Amino acid sequence: MNLSVKNITKRFTVKGTPAIFDASFTATSGGITTLLGPSGSGKTTLLRVISGLETADEGRVLFDDRDVTRLPVRQRGVGFVFQAFALFNHMTVRRNIGFALEVRGMSEAERAKRVDELLALVQLEGYGDRYPLQLSGGQRQRVGFARALACKPEILLLDEPFGALDTRVRAELREWLIQLHQNTPLTTILVTHDQEEALELSQQIVVMDHGRVIQTGKPSEIYDHPQTPFVASFVGTANVFRVKVETQRATIGSVSVSVPAGVPDGTEVQAIVRPHNVKLAKDTDSGPTATNGFTAGGADHTGRSLGTITRVTGLGAYVKMQIALTSNDSVAVQLPRAEADSMNVAVGDRVIVDLADAKVFVEDYSI
Amino acid sequence: MAEVAEDTAAHLGVFVPPNEPRTPIVTVTETWPVRALLIGISVGFLALFVVLPIASVFVEAFAKGLGTYLAKLKDPDALAAIRLTLTTAAIAVPLNVVFGVAAAWLIAKYRFPGKTLLVTLIDLPFSISPVVSGLIYVLMFGGRGVLGPWLEDHDISIIFATPGIILATIFITFPFVAREVLPLMQEQGNDEEEAALTLGASGWRIFFQVTLPKIKWGVLYGVILCNARAMGEFGAVSVVSGHIRGRTNTIPLQVEILYNEYDTVGAFALASLLMLLAFATLVAKKVIESRQVHHR
Repeated sequence: MNLSVKNITKRFTVKGTPAIFDASFTATSGGITTLLGPSGSGKTTLLRVISGLETADEGRVLFDDRDVTRLPVRQRGVGFVFQAFALFNHMTVRRNIGFALEVRGMSEAERAKRVDELLALVQLEGYGDRYPLQLSGGQRQRVGFARALACKPEILLLDEPFGALDTRVRAELREWLIQLHQNTPLTTILVTHDQEEALELSQQIVVMDHGRVIQTGKPSEIYDHPQTPFVASFVGTANVFRVKVETQRATIGSVSVSVPAGVPDGTEVQAIVRPHNVKLAKDTDSGPTATNGFTAGGADHTGRSLGTITRVTGLGAYVKMQIALTSNDSVAVQLPRAEADSMNVAVGDRVIVDLADAKVFVEDYSI
Repeated sequence: MAEVAEDTAAHLGVFVPPNEPRTPIVTVTETWPVRALLIGISVGFLALFVVLPIASVFVEAFAKGLGTYLAKLKDPDALAAIRLTLTTAAIAVPLNVVFGVAAAWLIAKYRFPGKTLLVTLIDLPFSISPVVSGLIYVLMFGGRGVLGPWLEDHDISIIFATPGIILATIFITFPFVAREVLPLMQEQGNDEEEAALTLGASGWRIFFQVTLPKIKWGVLYGVILCNARAMGEFGAVSVVSGHIRGRTNTIPLQVEILYNEYDTVGAFALASLLMLLAFATLVAKKVIESRQVHHR
């Protein structure tokens, strides 16, 4: 089932900034769409508007072509998974999972059969007669999933479902969710503030900040082509430089990169480059005077500069470095291990830093 | 090694419970004269001001033997007082359970204007002198009160009759259930109710299958306190009752009348019933508290 959210605005107080302002996106059938944003960005509120737990002040929510904006929660038929599990602690796991079926008046025999199916689906066979408080966090959340899926909803809403779990269990459940989703591809909306989770799980990401939708797109689009500095720095890591435009160029310390046409001189812009997009070459000449066409401390117009490695960290596939440019600016750089090994980098080495991939954002364009 | 550690802990005055991963209970080790003095003071105080008076109630009640004690309880006026007290509690307590849970539900689950005022009003009966609470009803329903003439015309008597006693009792005991349930509801939040809502449950089902099981011990606790007060209330009931023997006297009022008439055995026999109620309340409270801990 397709899900569209059109121009949703939600205010909790008459005055003050709205919790959500003019938010729109479309989630395609059978995919996982993630609402990603920092806390207070309105992502959970938007999810609750979709579920019907909150009502929007303006805008519409559509399931396929059906307008459900004014439909009460219990008639929307969505599955909802809560961050804090929200299980019924005084009922057994079986009764928790079968609750929605009980509400719908399904016979006990049929219910038992369906609950068995669901227990198998969430790999909790044999746990049916326990109480939620006798289970681990990961198990409890799987009960939460089973309970939400009991009535075969067409839309599954997940409100930070792994937020209350420790890192290891979180990674396991993430894997499990991918499996589950491959077997039963439900239209799923996932709310999270964890960009890694968003990039790993979703077919589509909706980045939110201050109640607004900032950018919508595939994970790769969001990551490679962020439209605002906020998206660039929130999704993945980024070096952010605030600089003034001079003669159509933005100068980061001693490096200068080109600026989109039409930006007047003196405008404050942000230049952003991801650590793995910074290219590095060893400065072969170790003498006090620079080579390779550089003048000491100066920049050329290709976005390259001299720098000194101040820190090298990293185990595993990547090596992270901190490089001080001649202007005292510092740049984080990430290299594949093999490349770093072949260059034989070490603290104190002089290197040529290539920032040509830096993307320039003009303040006015960002929100 | 473990023994050494425990030994050291004992020297420092820290009690280490064997094999229990709890926070150690710190016991202050004082010299024996100090301890004896402290224990002596506490026990002496309790004995003088609590145990002795309570014991004297029973001593007085049974002063002329069990037969007299039972006879005093079987006195028609005493029986009428017991009956009236039970009736009052039987009406006031259930009503206050409904009002209290409804008010707590409203306050915990919804945002609405005037909420702070409502919370304050719930506490009002606690802060008003019971005599004033009684007078409020006399002013409302009494012969010279606001509704008095109308009630008289329709031959309805509230003041100096059972309805007035019940009304005053309801007013006095209103906060007990609400005050017990409200913090519980606020602490538990709305997640489970919302979950039930997304699963298609109706409001009634949510209340009875999700909310009530979560708050049942709190409700029961409130009921017990409410009941104890409903049966024991003196001030407000005294004002509206009119002290008509055999008709509008509750147990506490009857106790006072008998005492004033120097019928000490009669007074203390009835008073012993209230004492038993108090013991039962404390035991029930203790039991519920332990259940509450286990069910969190």
